[in-house]
Amino acid sequence: MANLFEHIGMEKERLQFSWISSAEAGKFTNVATEVANTIEALGPIDKFVKKTD
Amino acid sequence: MDSLTQKIREIASNILKEGRVDMVIGFAKGTIPMTTKPYMARTPEQVENFIWDKNCTLNLANYITGRKEKIGIIAKGCDSRNIVNHIVENKISRDQLYIIGVPCSGMADKHNPDELRDNCATCTHRNPVIFDVMAAEPVEEQKIDDPFADVKAVEAMDKDAKWSYFEGLLQNCIRCYACRNACPLCYCPTCFVDESGPQWVGKGQNKTDIQTFHFLRAFHCAGRCTDCGACEAACPMDIHVRAFTRKLNKDSLELFGWEAGLDITKRPPLDTFNPDDPNDFIK
Repeated sequence: MANLFEHIGMEKERLQFSWISSAEAGKFTNVATEVANTIEALGPIDKFVKKTD
Repeated sequence: MDSLTQKIREIASNILKEGRVDMVIGFAKGTIPMTTKPYMARTPEQVENFIWDKNCTLNLANYITGRKEKIGIIAKGCDSRNIVNHIVENKISRDQLYIIGVPCSGMADKHNPDELRDNCATCTHRNPVIFDVMAAEPVEEQKIDDPFADVKAVEAMDKDAKWSYFEGLLQNCIRCYACRNACPLCYCPTCFVDESGPQWVGKGQNKTDIQTFHFLRAFHCAGRCTDCGACEAACPMDIHVRAFTRKLNKDSLELFGWEAGLDITKRPPLDTFNPDDPNDFIK
Protein backbone atom coordinates (compact mmCIF):
# COMPACT_ATOMS: atom_id res chain seq x y z
CA MET A 1 0.00 0.00 0.00
CA ALA A 2 2.87 2.33 0.88
CA ASN A 3 4.38 1.52 -2.50
CA LEU A 4 1.15 2.48 -4.25
CA PHE A 5 1.07 5.66 -2.15
CA GLU A 6 4.50 6.54 -3.40
CA HIS A 7 3.57 5.61 -6.94
CA ILE A 8 0.84 8.23 -7.13
CA GLY A 9 3.09 10.89 -5.65
CA MET A 10 2.33 10.81 -1.94
CA GLU A 11 5.12 10.50 0.60
CA LYS A 12 5.58 6.88 1.60
CA GLU A 13 6.50 7.95 5.15
CA ARG A 14 2.92 9.04 5.80
CA LEU A 15 1.99 5.40 6.19
CA GLN A 16 3.94 3.62 8.87
CA PHE A 17 3.58 0.22 10.47
CA SER A 18 4.74 -1.16 13.76
CA TRP A 19 4.07 -4.15 15.95
CA ILE A 20 3.96 -3.19 19.61
CA SER A 21 2.96 -5.34 22.53
CA SER A 22 0.84 -3.81 25.28
CA ALA A 23 3.82 -4.35 27.59
CA GLU A 24 6.15 -2.27 25.42
CA ALA A 25 5.40 1.24 26.63
CA GLY A 26 8.88 2.47 25.76
CA LYS A 27 8.64 1.21 22.19
CA PHE A 28 5.21 2.79 21.83
CA THR A 29 6.38 6.26 22.83
CA ASN A 30 9.44 5.95 20.61
CA VAL A 31 7.41 4.94 17.58
CA ALA A 32 4.75 7.59 18.21
CA THR A 33 7.39 10.32 18.54
CA GLU A 34 9.18 9.13 15.45
CA VAL A 35 5.97 9.07 13.42
CA ALA A 36 5.02 12.54 14.66
CA ASN A 37 8.47 13.90 13.82
CA THR A 38 8.53 12.41 10.30
CA ILE A 39 5.09 13.78 9.51
CA GLU A 40 5.95 17.19 10.94
CA ALA A 41 9.04 17.31 8.81
CA LEU A 42 6.97 16.47 5.72
CA GLY A 43 4.53 19.26 6.49
CA PRO A 44 0.83 19.45 5.68
CA ILE A 45 -0.38 17.22 2.87
CA ASP A 46 -1.51 18.96 -0.31
CA LYS A 47 -2.65 15.93 -2.30
CA PHE A 48 -5.69 13.73 -1.91
CA VAL A 49 -7.39 16.38 0.23
CA LYS A 50 -11.12 16.79 -0.14
CA LYS A 51 -11.92 20.47 -0.24
CA THR A 52 -15.41 21.49 0.73
CA ASP A 53 -16.36 25.01 -0.27
CA MET B 1 -16.60 -18.59 -41.24
CA ASP B 2 -13.57 -18.51 -39.01
CA SER B 3 -12.48 -22.01 -38.02
CA LEU B 4 -12.04 -21.06 -34.37
CA THR B 5 -15.61 -19.76 -34.17
CA GLN B 6 -16.73 -22.97 -35.88
CA LYS B 7 -14.85 -25.10 -33.39
CA ILE B 8 -16.18 -23.15 -30.39
CA ARG B 9 -19.76 -23.56 -31.62
CA GLU B 10 -19.22 -27.27 -32.20
CA ILE B 11 -17.80 -27.91 -28.71
CA ALA B 12 -20.45 -25.73 -27.06
CA SER B 13 -23.24 -27.43 -28.92
CA ASN B 14 -21.94 -30.90 -27.99
CA ILE B 15 -21.64 -30.23 -24.28
CA LEU B 16 -25.11 -28.71 -24.20
CA LYS B 17 -26.59 -31.68 -26.07
CA GLU B 18 -24.82 -34.16 -23.81
CA GLY B 19 -26.20 -32.31 -20.79
CA ARG B 20 -22.73 -31.77 -19.31
CA VAL B 21 -23.52 -28.09 -18.76
CA ASP B 22 -26.65 -25.98 -18.30
CA MET B 23 -25.28 -23.06 -20.25
CA VAL B 24 -22.22 -21.92 -22.12
CA ILE B 25 -20.82 -18.42 -21.69
CA GLY B 26 -19.13 -16.92 -24.71
CA PHE B 27 -19.14 -13.90 -26.97
CA ALA B 28 -21.79 -12.82 -29.47
CA LYS B 29 -21.67 -10.02 -31.99
CA GLY B 30 -22.15 -6.58 -30.44
CA THR B 31 -24.74 -4.03 -31.43
CA ILE B 32 -22.20 -1.79 -33.15
CA PRO B 33 -19.44 -2.93 -35.53
CA MET B 34 -16.22 -4.28 -34.06
CA THR B 35 -17.68 -4.99 -30.67
CA THR B 36 -18.80 -8.13 -28.91
CA LYS B 37 -21.02 -8.80 -25.96
CA PRO B 38 -21.07 -11.62 -23.44
CA TYR B 39 -23.62 -14.23 -24.40
CA MET B 40 -25.09 -17.16 -22.47
CA ALA B 41 -26.29 -20.02 -24.64
CA ARG B 42 -28.71 -22.38 -22.95
CA THR B 43 -29.80 -24.42 -25.98
CA PRO B 44 -27.79 -25.96 -28.83
CA GLU B 45 -29.59 -23.59 -31.25
CA GLN B 46 -28.39 -20.49 -29.39
CA VAL B 47 -24.82 -21.66 -29.88
CA GLU B 48 -25.00 -20.29 -33.43
CA ASN B 49 -24.74 -16.78 -31.97
CA PHE B 50 -21.24 -17.38 -30.65
CA ILE B 51 -18.37 -15.69 -32.42
CA TRP B 52 -14.65 -15.35 -31.86
CA ASP B 53 -12.66 -12.45 -33.23
CA LYS B 54 -10.22 -9.71 -32.29
CA ASN B 55 -12.83 -7.81 -30.30
CA CYS B 56 -13.54 -10.27 -27.50
CA THR B 57 -12.11 -7.81 -25.01
CA LEU B 58 -14.23 -8.45 -21.93
CA ASN B 59 -13.43 -11.08 -19.35
CA LEU B 60 -16.02 -13.86 -19.15
CA ALA B 61 -14.89 -15.00 -15.70
CA ASN B 62 -16.92 -12.02 -14.52
CA TYR B 63 -20.14 -13.92 -15.18
CA ILE B 64 -19.51 -17.10 -13.20
CA THR B 65 -19.32 -15.53 -9.72
CA GLY B 66 -21.41 -17.48 -7.24
CA ARG B 67 -23.43 -19.33 -9.89
CA LYS B 68 -24.94 -22.66 -9.02
CA GLU B 69 -25.43 -24.31 -12.42
CA LYS B 70 -22.96 -26.26 -14.46
CA ILE B 71 -21.31 -23.83 -16.79
CA GLY B 72 -19.34 -24.14 -19.97
CA ILE B 73 -17.10 -21.13 -20.43
CA ILE B 74 -14.94 -19.95 -23.26
CA ALA B 75 -11.60 -18.82 -21.92
CA LYS B 76 -8.66 -17.06 -23.46
CA GLY B 77 -5.44 -16.81 -21.42
CA CYS B 78 -6.55 -14.00 -19.10
CA ASP B 79 -10.10 -15.34 -18.66
CA SER B 80 -8.64 -18.68 -17.61
CA ARG B 81 -6.42 -16.97 -15.03
CA ASN B 82 -9.45 -15.22 -13.61
CA ILE B 83 -11.30 -18.54 -13.51
CA VAL B 84 -8.39 -19.85 -11.42
CA ASN B 85 -8.79 -16.80 -9.14
CA HIS B 86 -12.48 -17.54 -8.78
CA ILE B 87 -11.82 -21.17 -7.85
CA VAL B 88 -9.11 -20.15 -5.36
CA GLU B 89 -11.43 -17.55 -3.82
CA ASN B 90 -14.30 -20.09 -3.60
CA LYS B 91 -16.57 -18.19 -5.97
CA ILE B 92 -17.19 -21.28 -8.06
CA SER B 93 -16.11 -24.88 -7.87
CA ARG B 94 -13.92 -26.52 -10.48
CA ASP B 95 -16.45 -29.35 -10.90
CA GLN B 96 -19.11 -26.91 -12.04
CA LEU B 97 -17.03 -25.73 -14.94
CA TYR B 98 -16.30 -27.05 -18.37
CA ILE B 99 -13.62 -24.74 -19.71
CA ILE B 100 -13.22 -24.35 -23.43
CA GLY B 101 -9.70 -22.97 -23.80
CA VAL B 102 -8.99 -20.64 -26.69
CA PRO B 103 -5.39 -19.73 -27.46
CA CYS B 104 -5.33 -15.98 -27.96
CA SER B 105 -3.06 -13.93 -30.13
CA GLY B 106 -4.18 -10.67 -28.56
CA MET B 107 -7.23 -8.49 -28.90
CA ALA B 108 -7.44 -5.37 -31.02
CA ASP B 109 -7.15 -1.87 -29.65
CA LYS B 110 -10.59 -0.28 -29.72
CA HIS B 111 -9.34 2.79 -31.56
CA ASN B 112 -6.65 1.24 -33.76
CA PRO B 113 -8.07 -2.09 -34.87
CA ASP B 114 -4.83 -3.01 -36.60
CA GLU B 115 -2.87 -2.85 -33.39
CA LEU B 116 -2.95 -4.97 -30.24
CA ARG B 117 -4.46 -3.35 -27.21
CA ASP B 118 -1.99 -2.26 -24.59
CA ASN B 119 -2.35 -5.13 -22.13
CA CYS B 120 -2.24 -7.77 -24.89
CA ALA B 121 1.00 -6.31 -26.21
CA THR B 122 2.77 -7.18 -22.94
CA CYS B 123 0.86 -10.41 -22.24
CA THR B 124 2.91 -13.50 -21.45
CA HIS B 125 0.01 -15.88 -20.82
CA ARG B 126 -1.81 -16.11 -24.11
CA ASN B 127 -2.70 -19.76 -23.70
CA PRO B 128 -5.27 -20.81 -21.12
CA VAL B 129 -3.69 -22.08 -17.90
CA ILE B 130 -6.68 -24.29 -17.09
CA PHE B 131 -9.05 -25.99 -19.53
CA ASP B 132 -11.04 -29.12 -20.24
CA VAL B 133 -10.71 -28.90 -23.97
CA MET B 134 -8.73 -26.64 -26.28
CA ALA B 135 -10.39 -25.16 -29.34
CA ALA B 136 -7.06 -24.93 -31.20
CA GLU B 137 -3.36 -25.61 -30.89
CA PRO B 138 -1.57 -23.39 -28.33
CA VAL B 139 0.01 -20.23 -29.72
CA GLU B 140 3.57 -19.20 -29.07
CA GLU B 141 3.95 -17.06 -25.94
CA GLN B 142 5.45 -13.60 -26.33
CA LYS B 143 8.89 -12.92 -24.92
CA ILE B 144 8.79 -9.50 -23.34
CA ASP B 145 12.11 -8.03 -22.20
CA ASP B 146 10.61 -5.46 -19.92
CA PRO B 147 6.90 -5.99 -19.33
CA PHE B 148 6.70 -3.14 -16.81
CA ALA B 149 8.46 -0.39 -18.76
CA ASP B 150 5.40 1.86 -18.42
CA VAL B 151 5.32 1.44 -14.63
CA LYS B 152 9.04 2.16 -14.40
CA ALA B 153 8.57 5.35 -16.38
CA VAL B 154 6.10 6.58 -13.75
CA GLU B 155 8.34 5.43 -10.91
CA ALA B 156 11.14 7.55 -12.32
CA MET B 157 9.09 10.75 -12.06
CA ASP B 158 9.36 13.04 -9.04
CA LYS B 159 6.44 13.07 -6.63
CA ASP B 160 4.69 16.12 -8.04
CA ALA B 161 4.95 14.80 -11.57
CA LYS B 162 3.50 11.49 -10.42
CA TRP B 163 0.62 13.23 -8.75
CA SER B 164 -0.21 15.35 -11.77
CA TYR B 165 0.06 12.27 -13.98
CA PHE B 166 -2.58 10.43 -11.94
CA GLU B 167 -4.68 13.54 -11.51
CA GLY B 168 -4.65 13.93 -15.29
CA LEU B 169 -5.56 10.27 -15.82
CA LEU B 170 -8.69 10.56 -13.75
CA GLN B 171 -9.91 14.00 -14.74
CA ASN B 172 -12.41 12.60 -17.24
CA CYS B 173 -13.84 9.91 -14.96
CA ILE B 174 -17.63 10.11 -14.85
CA ARG B 175 -17.87 7.49 -12.11
CA CYS B 176 -20.08 5.17 -14.09
CA TYR B 177 -18.31 2.22 -12.42
CA ALA B 178 -18.12 0.35 -15.73
CA CYS B 179 -14.51 -0.61 -14.86
CA ARG B 180 -15.64 -2.12 -11.59
CA ASN B 181 -18.59 -3.91 -13.14
CA ALA B 182 -16.50 -5.37 -15.95
CA CYS B 183 -13.79 -6.52 -13.55
CA PRO B 184 -14.01 -10.21 -12.56
CA LEU B 185 -12.29 -9.38 -9.26
CA CYS B 186 -14.92 -6.84 -8.24
CA TYR B 187 -17.62 -9.16 -6.98
CA CYS B 188 -18.26 -7.76 -3.49
CA PRO B 189 -22.02 -7.83 -2.83
CA THR B 190 -21.78 -4.17 -1.79
CA CYS B 191 -18.82 -2.24 -3.10
CA PHE B 192 -17.16 0.14 -0.62
CA VAL B 193 -18.25 3.09 -2.76
CA ASP B 194 -21.89 2.01 -2.50
CA GLU B 195 -21.94 1.53 1.26
CA SER B 196 -24.08 4.05 3.05
CA GLY B 197 -23.38 3.19 6.67
CA PRO B 198 -20.57 4.00 7.07
CA GLN B 199 -20.23 5.98 3.88
CA TRP B 200 -16.54 5.61 3.08
CA VAL B 201 -16.49 7.77 -0.02
CA GLY B 202 -18.60 10.69 -1.22
CA LYS B 203 -20.96 9.81 -4.05
CA GLY B 204 -20.54 12.87 -6.25
CA GLN B 205 -18.09 14.08 -8.83
CA ASN B 206 -15.70 15.45 -6.25
CA LYS B 207 -12.16 15.03 -7.51
CA THR B 208 -10.85 13.47 -4.31
CA ASP B 209 -13.74 11.00 -4.14
CA ILE B 210 -13.03 9.88 -7.69
CA GLN B 211 -9.36 9.44 -6.87
CA THR B 212 -10.23 7.52 -3.71
CA PHE B 213 -12.45 5.17 -5.70
CA HIS B 214 -9.74 4.35 -8.23
CA PHE B 215 -6.95 4.12 -5.70
CA LEU B 216 -8.80 1.80 -3.35
CA ARG B 217 -10.39 -0.31 -6.05
CA ALA B 218 -6.93 -0.92 -7.44
CA PHE B 219 -5.64 -1.91 -4.04
CA HIS B 220 -8.44 -4.45 -3.66
CA CYS B 221 -7.01 -6.08 -6.76
CA ALA B 222 -3.49 -6.43 -5.35
CA GLY B 223 -2.08 -9.87 -6.06
CA ARG B 224 -5.27 -10.79 -7.93
CA CYS B 225 -5.25 -8.71 -11.11
CA THR B 226 -4.41 -10.61 -14.29
CA ASP B 227 -4.13 -7.46 -16.42
CA CYS B 228 -6.97 -8.70 -18.63
CA GLY B 229 -7.89 -5.14 -19.61
CA ALA B 230 -11.65 -5.56 -19.13
CA CYS B 231 -11.70 -2.33 -17.10
CA GLU B 232 -10.25 -0.34 -19.96
CA ALA B 233 -12.35 -2.12 -22.56
CA ALA B 234 -15.45 -1.10 -20.62
CA CYS B 235 -14.41 2.50 -19.88
CA PRO B 236 -16.41 4.97 -21.98
CA MET B 237 -13.94 7.76 -21.21
CA ASP B 238 -10.76 5.91 -22.17
CA ILE B 239 -9.18 6.14 -18.77
CA HIS B 240 -5.97 4.17 -18.32
CA VAL B 241 -7.36 2.30 -15.30
CA ARG B 242 -4.58 -0.26 -15.48
CA ALA B 243 -2.00 2.37 -14.55
CA PHE B 244 -2.88 1.60 -10.92
CA THR B 245 -3.17 -2.16 -11.03
CA ARG B 246 0.01 -2.57 -13.11
CA LYS B 247 2.05 -1.09 -10.31
CA LEU B 248 0.54 -3.65 -7.93
CA ASN B 249 1.22 -6.45 -10.39
CA LYS B 250 4.83 -5.36 -10.61
CA ASP B 251 5.11 -5.26 -6.81
CA SER B 252 3.49 -8.69 -6.44
CA LEU B 253 6.02 -10.11 -8.83
CA GLU B 254 9.00 -8.39 -7.24
CA LEU B 255 8.03 -8.89 -3.59
CA PHE B 256 6.37 -12.29 -3.74
CA GLY B 257 7.35 -13.73 -7.12
CA TRP B 258 3.64 -13.95 -7.76
CA GLU B 259 1.53 -13.70 -10.87
CA ALA B 260 -2.18 -14.06 -10.23
CA GLY B 261 -4.30 -16.96 -11.42
CA LEU B 262 -1.76 -19.50 -12.56
CA ASP B 263 -2.37 -22.39 -10.18
CA ILE B 264 -5.52 -23.50 -8.33
CA THR B 265 -3.45 -25.15 -5.59
CA LYS B 266 -1.64 -21.98 -4.51
CA ARG B 267 -2.99 -19.34 -2.13
CA PRO B 268 -2.45 -15.69 -3.07
CA PRO B 269 0.42 -13.93 -1.25
CA LEU B 270 -1.77 -11.48 0.66
CA ASP B 271 -3.81 -14.38 2.01
CA THR B 272 -0.99 -16.44 3.47
CA PHE B 273 1.92 -15.98 5.79
CA ASN B 274 5.37 -17.02 4.79
CA PRO B 275 8.42 -16.46 7.00
CA ASP B 276 10.23 -15.18 3.92
CA ASP B 277 7.68 -12.43 3.26
CA PRO B 278 9.31 -9.02 2.91
CA ASN B 279 8.82 -7.15 6.18
CA ASP B 280 11.15 -4.19 6.05
CA PHE B 281 8.18 -1.82 6.21
CA ILE B 282 7.42 -2.74 9.81
CA LYS B 283 9.29 -1.14 12.67
